[in-house]
Amino acid sequence: MFENLEKIKQQFNEELNRVESKDELERVRVAFLGKKGLVTDALKGLRDLSAEDKKTFGMQVNVLKNEIEEAIVEYQKKIEEQEYLKEINNAPRYDFSIPSDKPLGSLHPITIVQKQIEDIFKTMGFIIEDGLEVQTEYNNFEAVNIPKNHPARDMTDTYYLENGQLLKTHTSAAQNAIMRKYGAPKPGEYLKALFPGRCFRNESIDASHENTFFQMEGMMIGEDISISNLIYFMKVLLTEVFQRDVKVRLRPGFFPFVEPGFELDINCLICGGSGCPTCKHSGWLELLPCGMIHPNVLRMGGIDPDKYTGFAFGLGLTRLAMMKYNIKDIRVFNSGNLKQLRQFTI
Amino acid sequence: MLISMNWISEFTDLSGINLRELIDRFTLSCAEVEDIYEYGKNIRDVVVGKIVEIREHPGSKKLHLVKVDIGTEIVDCVCGAPNIFVGAVVPFAKPGGQVGDLEIKETKIAGEISRGMCCSEKELGISDDHSGVMLLDDIYPLGTDIKSFMQLEDTIFEVDNKSLTNRPDLWGHYGIAREISVLTKRPLKPLDLYNTEQFDNLAKVDVKIEDAEKCFRYSCITVSDIKVKKSPINMKIRLTYCGMRPINLLADLTNYLMLELGQPMHAFDNKKVSKIRVKTYPETISFRTLDGHDRRVDSETLLICDEKEPVAIAGIMGGELTEITDETDSLLLESANFDATSIRKSSTRLGLRTDASARYEKSLDPELTVPAIKRFLKLLVEIDPAVKVTSALTDCYAKRFDKIKIDFDKAYVDKCTGIDISSDQIEETLTLLGFEVSRKADAFSVVVPSWRATKDVTIKADIIEEITRIYGYDNFDVYSVKSLLIPVRHNIAQSNEYRIKQLLAERYAMNEVHSYIWYDSKLNKELGIVTEPNVRIINSITAENDTIRSTMIPTLLGFVARNADSESEMGMFEIGRVVEGYREDGLCNERKRLGIVIASKRMTEREVYFKCKEIIEQTMRSVKNIAPRFEIKEELAKYNYVHPVNCASIWLKDVEIGFFSVINPRIKNRIDKKLNIAFAEIDIENMEKLAAEPVVFNEVSRYPGVTIDLSLLVDKNLRYEHIASYISEYKCEYLQKYYPVDVFEDEKLLPGKKSVTVRFEFISKDRTLELAEVQAMVDELLKLLEDEGIELRK
Repeated sequence: MFENLEKIKQQFNEELNRVESKDELERVRVAFLGKKGLVTDALKGLRDLSAEDKKTFGMQVNVLKNEIEEAIVEYQKKIEEQEYLKEINNAPRYDFSIPSDKPLGSLHPITIVQKQIEDIFKTMGFIIEDGLEVQTEYNNFEAVNIPKNHPARDMTDTYYLENGQLLKTHTSAAQNAIMRKYGAPKPGEYLKALFPGRCFRNESIDASHENTFFQMEGMMIGEDISISNLIYFMKVLLTEVFQRDVKVRLRPGFFPFVEPGFELDINCLICGGSGCPTCKHSGWLELLPCGMIHPNVLRMGGIDPDKYTGFAFGLGLTRLAMMKYNIKDIRVFNSGNLKQLRQFTI
Repeated sequence: MLISMNWISEFTDLSGINLRELIDRFTLSCAEVEDIYEYGKNIRDVVVGKIVEIREHPGSKKLHLVKVDIGTEIVDCVCGAPNIFVGAVVPFAKPGGQVGDLEIKETKIAGEISRGMCCSEKELGISDDHSGVMLLDDIYPLGTDIKSFMQLEDTIFEVDNKSLTNRPDLWGHYGIAREISVLTKRPLKPLDLYNTEQFDNLAKVDVKIEDAEKCFRYSCITVSDIKVKKSPINMKIRLTYCGMRPINLLADLTNYLMLELGQPMHAFDNKKVSKIRVKTYPETISFRTLDGHDRRVDSETLLICDEKEPVAIAGIMGGELTEITDETDSLLLESANFDATSIRKSSTRLGLRTDASARYEKSLDPELTVPAIKRFLKLLVEIDPAVKVTSALTDCYAKRFDKIKIDFDKAYVDKCTGIDISSDQIEETLTLLGFEVSRKADAFSVVVPSWRATKDVTIKADIIEEITRIYGYDNFDVYSVKSLLIPVRHNIAQSNEYRIKQLLAERYAMNEVHSYIWYDSKLNKELGIVTEPNVRIINSITAENDTIRSTMIPTLLGFVARNADSESEMGMFEIGRVVEGYREDGLCNERKRLGIVIASKRMTEREVYFKCKEIIEQTMRSVKNIAPRFEIKEELAKYNYVHPVNCASIWLKDVEIGFFSVINPRIKNRIDKKLNIAFAEIDIENMEKLAAEPVVFNEVSRYPGVTIDLSLLVDKNLRYEHIASYISEYKCEYLQKYYPVDVFEDEKLLPGKKSVTVRFEFISKDRTLELAEVQAMVDELLKLLEDEGIELRK
């Protein structure tokens, strides 16, 4: 009986060594441990033994059974590893250098720049407003202190419509409506608004002139807004927009809707201020007009100029986009030319 | 405008001042300087010489061999000027010297030695006269460097005219000098004027202003016995450096005065005018201006007339007949002030802008007219002492500007500036700028000087600008506002716009475009697109594009057509404005719309149709969490680019928000027969009438469901929505959802019919459904459908 166990063990080891696949291993497992396997078979002789021997033999069979089970698990791992290596060796090599051909769409460059600036303003608590493109003469001119016969009305070549309305010539046309919509701010609060929009000038188109372009205007009104705040704010804003430390300088500039009015220059982006052809060797680039909102404009917006002050500034979005992407021909924007526009994938 | 530093230094001391730094400060405090030019540095070793001998040049007919006495020696030189003569005194450039870009060296000209050059005015850079050598007065010792009496060296800076639009006082050197004197804190010298009171007993010129709305002031005087014809060298140099061409003494003097004081003046030949009438003509007339052009002058345009006829277009240009010539020896000198708007509009109508009109349209100070005459006479008498003044200074002052008085206090200045500028500094700045300042402690009452009172400085805020620009914006302490922490309510509609754009670009690989707000009528015609009459622009310079769009589709289809040569797969969208006629109050009915167009050669018409529909559905689900509905709308056929059958209106619940369609085959064929096109337009404002539906979370059943596909045989043109409405009649708590998974059409197998496979999902929240009970539900459903004539496909 006991020698028989030894023989089974020997036989098992021999057979296991010949195994090459999982299927064969399973066959060996069944041959030894299955219901009709050799180990199970061996137990059949149990009833012929004495109680003492029964115990010993039973234990030995169990030991053998465990040994065989363990050996099989071990062997199975070995085979799995072999099979895995085989699969890897035969695996196809995918060519990562083949480009995927799914195109990504694009946003209009104006949308991208506008969003970028809007996000900056939102972090500073500005509301974003949206004005109409067709405006009344009142909103576009009178309400921003450009009365009839004012030279500014000749300077801007305005598209007039049959009903006397016009296509807005500047985003300032939205100022009055926004002041009226929100009214004067409560004590300690500010009316902070940013209003981007499409503007129109009745002029011929060439590489640097468009009759349809985007501006963005911002204003901040409160009981204690000062020139000092304006300069601070513009510095912070432009540092964010250009993602670098920006030097600004203010010069007197005349715009009917502000008093005092300024031209704001930044140190040249190309040369940093040392002088180059882009800045005409002055080291400065004229970037945006700004100023303290004219008392007449506040008054017409229903806000008491004796109590409130505010600043306003305008940004040429189209120009900013041209600077950002180095677009030399302004006609790209309204061309609908997909070869050009699909490059703006963000 | 070009400004000469030599000229400025006549009015305020510039000694020891770094001119570049001064110009930078001028830019920051007054007006932008665009360029700086240095003149005369490239003229070296040019001395006074006298021609003592002239001989023929053996090798040339034009050239002469000339001996020039330059004091220390007599020099040989070859000269080609036609106006030389023995005894002529000329500027002579010595070897080693420089004239402009030319280095003077001993050289051979046509075989003859030349040791220098006789110079023309043009060569010296002081006029464009190149007709011969410049002739000097014989009053200087020979060999004197010409720079000792000619102001050749000067720094000229160019001020951007645009930045002077609101500063009428800065259109002459004296005004600029005033600003500079404030910046340098050095005194401004008063103008040296001629005493005209001595002629008050003489008869006045007969002047009448008949239109006081257009002419505010007319001052004049008459002078005779003028002998000198040529202007002094240094006056010529200044005129040239400041961009004017020297002509003759009288013309030069009027220009000189305009550049000095900003006051345009006109000199009439006094023999050709009598009695001045300032008026308009009742009808349009033809008038020949001194540039020789006949101009149509309408009844709105102010004229200077004499007894008989017009002699000048007021403030713009004089007439040819009364112009001063080289023979003129007596003049009527006009110094007037006109209404700015009137001059600007007349000048625009005439298409004639002059140095005078450019100044008048800025609203000049009327107080300038008399000092300008006095200054003119001062200069004229210095040059030609024998002239006689033949009239009293005549001054018609028809309309005066009101004196402007402005009260403010330091607290107001502090509030506007945000910094502390002392009351003393405020007083000093304003006084230097010419304001009459009364001050009690921190309270100010100032009177605006006449040269700033025509439109520029009228209110308190203007005073802030005066104080701060001189204080210097670079000197400001800057700081943030003290702000309360208040949440900002953001505009959901606006973020939705961006979400839509991003969805279309990223999920559907579409490209955002911007098209014009007007129709491109030429392109529409080419494509056969007919647009309905709509609001029009009345003054477009591109008159064919004068109709404002009422829908975005034509402009987007135009882009498809333009790209069709090079693109076979296109997806474009735009969020922009259209105008749909007028509202009840007469204003334009402006709408914000989303336009979408897809065009493909790869996809079939059916596929682009469904792609377009999918885009609409997904967009609405993304921003509104609402599945849009579609309805037949026959009115859409009014657009000739819409497909009469395959189009539909788009609804969110009970709000109509737009439409979509396959392109009409007629237009398609004009664009590209192979290109299948579908488009949609959604009214953003209508879409935003509905708030987004909240997400409702449903507990998911833990038990498995049963899914059953039923192929239903229906009439070919029955839409799924009808099938769905029949199914919806079947009320069963276990039918969780159903949706179409396949549509099969085959004219041979299923004539007049189609098979729509609908998937039904049955599930219970608290147990596993038995197959048999589901079968019973399906049977019940089928029976219901059979009643509507829908059978199961066998």
